[in-house]
Amino acid sequence: MSWMETLRTSFDAIRSHRLRSGLTMLGILIGIAAVILTVGLGEGAQQQVASAINSLGTNLLVVSPGSTTTGGVRGGQGSSSALTVSDATALSSKVAAPDIAAVAPTTSRSTALTAGSTNWTTSVVGTTPAWQSVRARTLSEGRFLTEQDLTSDAAVTVLAATTAQELFGGADPVGRTVAIGSTPFTVVGVLASAGNSAAQNEDDQAVVPISTAADRLFGGSTRTSVQSIYLEATSSDTLSAAYQEANQLLLNLHHVTDPAAADFTIASQQSLLSTATSVSKTLTILLGGVAALSLLVGGIGVMNIMLVSVTERIREIGLRKALGASPVVIRRQFLVEASVLGLAGGLLGAALGVIGALTLPQLISSTITISPTATAAAILTSIAIGLAFGVYPASRAARLAPIDALRSE
Amino acid sequence: MTLDMTAPLPTAGDTAGPVIDISEVRKVYKTGALEVEALRGITLRIEQGEYVAIMGPSGSGKSTLMHILGCLDVATTGTYLLAGEDVSGLTEAELAVIRNRRIGFVFQQFNLLPSLTAWRNVELPLCYAGVAKAERKQRALEVLARVGLGDRVEHKPTELSGGQQSRVALARALVNKPALILADEPTGALDSKSTADVLSVFADLHAAGHTIVLITHEEDVAEHAERTVRLHDGLISSDARRTGGVFA
Ligand SMILES: Nc1ncnc2c1ncn2[C@@H]1O[C@H](COP(=O)(O)OP(=O)(O)OP(=O)(O)O)[C@@H](O)[C@H]1O
Ligand SMILES: [Mg+2]
Repeated sequence: MSWMETLRTSFDAIRSHRLRSGLTMLGILIGIAAVILTVGLGEGAQQQVASAINSLGTNLLVVSPGSTTTGGVRGGQGSSSALTVSDATALSSKVAAPDIAAVAPTTSRSTALTAGSTNWTTSVVGTTPAWQSVRARTLSEGRFLTEQDLTSDAAVTVLAATTAQELFGGADPVGRTVAIGSTPFTVVGVLASAGNSAAQNEDDQAVVPISTAADRLFGGSTRTSVQSIYLEATSSDTLSAAYQEANQLLLNLHHVTDPAAADFTIASQQSLLSTATSVSKTLTILLGGVAALSLLVGGIGVMNIMLVSVTERIREIGLRKALGASPVVIRRQFLVEASVLGLAGGLLGAALGVIGALTLPQLISSTITISPTATAAAILTSIAIGLAFGVYPASRAARLAPIDALRSE
Repeated sequence: MTLDMTAPLPTAGDTAGPVIDISEVRKVYKTGALEVEALRGITLRIEQGEYVAIMGPSGSGKSTLMHILGCLDVATTGTYLLAGEDVSGLTEAELAVIRNRRIGFVFQQFNLLPSLTAWRNVELPLCYAGVAKAERKQRALEVLARVGLGDRVEHKPTELSGGQQSRVALARALVNKPALILADEPTGALDSKSTADVLSVFADLHAAGHTIVLITHEEDVAEHAERTVRLHDGLISSDARRTGGVFA
């Protein structure tokens, strides 16, 4: 019997057992779609975090108050305001820290903005002109803050894209006035969008001179303290040198002799990235485990249906043998049947998974990456399950004497 | 009924030796601790072209013997030479070829595939013989017409009466033009008209040189054969050849 003939026989068999074939395919289909979606969700999350961190800038170091050491009297990161404007000034010294290209101290607070009758609450960031290059941002309109703004405590602000849109709609905000809290500020520029990969708040903020923020907006004890200092190394090669310089300088300034007792933390993008990816890797593994489990459950379903189907068909196997089918031909028929079911289920499952991966991110705000490896592995696994449990019992039945197979119930 | 049924004769060498030659065949069924000896030492030779009827009470071992003759089952002890060849030495693949080309078997329970129509059931042996699709259908339809089912070819087994099913089973046994035809009560479910039709098919086949062994409970069916073998409790109780209407 030729392969074509076998294929036809198999299709006939699949068609004449529609429910059973459908259930087998459903098991495979669900398993594979689940694998594609869950693994994709994990990898998507990982990528999202990575690109958000990368979009912060290049060759970036972030100094935050507080130590990473747990215990002792100090609380967690950001609980004390150990960083000051003078720390930032010292770090910008070309002599003491030759490998630091730019320094941008920042302090931010969520504040209500008003333009005409429109209200919008966003994060107001006080910083220096260096912020733009350190954070690698471009402007879509107007200009960024200048040294002049800083020294003169100018009431000027640069809005991020979303903020500008919310406050002024489509109109050009440059030159217009926006009230931050109760203080009127002039909009001098608009930041270009940081892109889809960036964290969402990157496009929703209002940047003002740090001096103006301290004197006119935040006031009080926060006047000289800053929340974090962004440092840009001169190049990726000098990143660790820049780290050393900043660390040494700040230890001296803060009169700390034991580096382990430092009251600040310097994080590089790399360290942020590895922390974040190790977290999201755990997530991926967890999701992958769930996916593998659903594949296993689907596989057991397929296994069951296959076993039942072959057992039910031992009489048919006996009859076909009695009519002159050799064991090889019988085995081939069941092999083709199981492969057709496995492949059809696998492809449908892959299609469903891919469609889900493309449409779901529009409903929930998370990225789903389609992993070819996971997809291929899932398809292969389910076909293997189908083959093992479809062909093995059939091939055993093919070895029976025809009359024994015909008599089986 | 003018279909050419001249088939290649079963050959091993070519001297017209016995087609079937079994000696001291026993068959023991084990069901749990219980052993049933269905055949208790059967020795039988059937020559090429013979037309043999096997009779005997229910449970005497007729079907068991037929299954062994059809290479569908193996004897517990004893030898079986099919056209001079010891079948116990053959592989499953070789047995498959013999079942397909040389033996046409009609089961007592018909054993039709319920999902296939009558003609698709009949063409099955041709599929395994590697016959092309168009020819298969043509041959299947011819044989169905010959057993009087020309107008039921597209019916599934469940849509056919018992007698019609038995004739589909007969058509399937004949479609590959086997030299040896083994039929387990082919007329058991038939009325006298259909029985006469089927017997005339057998008569044609016999005239064309096919070897025919059939099981029957009816004396008037057995009368059409040249020889009647009677089984009783797994043993041959009589073996009579009929010559010129008189039992020898
Ligand atoms: N698979 C089996 N397992 C156990 N015993 C069996 C099996 N098949 C047949 N037998 C026994 O073997 C004996 C012969 O059975 P067989 O089917 O050959 O009878 P038979 O002559 O064809 O009867 P009938 O005329 O009713 O068809 C019976 O006693 C039966 O119970
Ligand atoms: Mg019987």
